[in-house]
Amino acid sequence: MRNATYETGAFFVRDRSWHPKAYTPDYKTSVTRSPQKALLSLENTVSEITGPVFGHDILGEKDNDLIYNFARPGESAIGERIIVHGKVLDERGRGVPGVLVEFWQANAAGRYRHKNEGYMAPLDPNFGGCGRTITDDDGGYAFRTVKPGPYPWPNGVNDWRPAHIHFSIFGYGFAQRLITQMYFEGDPLIPLCPIVRTIADEAAIEQLVAPLDMASTVPMDARAYKFDIVLRGRRSTMFENRMEGN
Amino acid sequence: MVQPLNRLKESPSQTAGPYVHIGCVPNFLGIEGVFDSDLGKTMVNDETRGQRIAITGRVIDGTGTPLKDALLEIWQADSNGLYNSPSETRGGADPNFAGWGRQPTDLKSGVFRFDTIKPGRVPFTDGRMQAPHVNFWIVARGINLGLNTRMYFADEAEANAEDPVLARIEHRVRVQTLLAEPTDDGYRFDIHLQGDNETIFFDI
Ligand SMILES: [Fe+3]
Repeated sequence: MRNATYETGAFFVRDRSWHPKAYTPDYKTSVTRSPQKALLSLENTVSEITGPVFGHDILGEKDNDLIYNFARPGESAIGERIIVHGKVLDERGRGVPGVLVEFWQANAAGRYRHKNEGYMAPLDPNFGGCGRTITDDDGGYAFRTVKPGPYPWPNGVNDWRPAHIHFSIFGYGFAQRLITQMYFEGDPLIPLCPIVRTIADEAAIEQLVAPLDMASTVPMDARAYKFDIVLRGRRSTMFENRMEGN
Repeated sequence: MVQPLNRLKESPSQTAGPYVHIGCVPNFLGIEGVFDSDLGKTMVNDETRGQRIAITGRVIDGTGTPLKDALLEIWQADSNGLYNSPSETRGGADPNFAGWGRQPTDLKSGVFRFDTIKPGRVPFTDGRMQAPHVNFWIVARGINLGLNTRMYFADEAEANAEDPVLARIEHRVRVQTLLAEPTDDGYRFDIHLQGDNETIFFDI
């Protein structure tokens, strides 16, 4: 990791109108799982400002290659080969280096390797569906995978998830912790999806749609999609009077 | 017109979904051979300083049903009240304690369990000491944005009484939703997403 001096300021207040609300009845599961009382606002203390940071020692060689990290020797996952790359930025537009990014997804047929999965599409014996990486000095990351298929899910009788990849991102503070999903440019299922539509603002939805990036493809190997992720930024500590010990 | 502030918007959250285990705890799910072990599974080793405790509990929905597909992460100080984080400015934390744990709820019972240590006290923004607490982050299918809460220790009455965060809770009857009760080997902390006992969640 490059930055020797870590920021210790409080985070910008989260814009909760940009995020989905907890209670979104078109996404039925949220009805009984959404808190109904007001959240208690809490200025950031050291408990929220700090967070776990991971070293490269946790990573295996193929952690960022879902085509091969579960495959039998000499074999590979079936599907459209793609590279997903981008930057983890903060709200001030600066790259966030050295943070863990985890991702998981269905296989090319839209089937997850999970005990509770009920879709009839086939499992790919060479596809596990999970990967992870740590951002570089500029906040950049990349991984190779196959494009996931859309899949049906029990919400409405005919609800289908658009193709998507789940992302879990760590920053430097526990208050930055974020899980979200990446969608693919041009997918006609995006505007139909009740989970996508838990987000009220069209511009916020667009922030989760990755464009095809033909400049970053690998000829005869994989197409590329670009997906930048923005984590909460910190207030500058320059003009803050902090008590000793914090 | 004025100059733009040039601030980016935080990426909007989307639910972790029912298959969060694949990405976050694949070995728990039986996807073996990709990652050596599930991150955050083991929090303590023989060298870790502090009192060993188990934190067990459930995440309960508005019908009283425990979630069987939730994922919880905790973040806490070491036994001296220091966080093992580069943003910790007060000193070096116990190198044998990362302070971060991650556990799924059991796929059948809905029970989660963290084997950890009791944290020390850390200061509030004005320097007053907070009571010992463990920070929780909860994601699951049906939860659109991860929920933040804190677990305090019911048997720390004196520290809890002077805690600046607990002091802010207007409806005093709700304070108990943040208090974990002692058990044989640690503490019990049930999280209620709705209802009369709805846990206090924080906008941090
Ligand atoms: Fe999914």
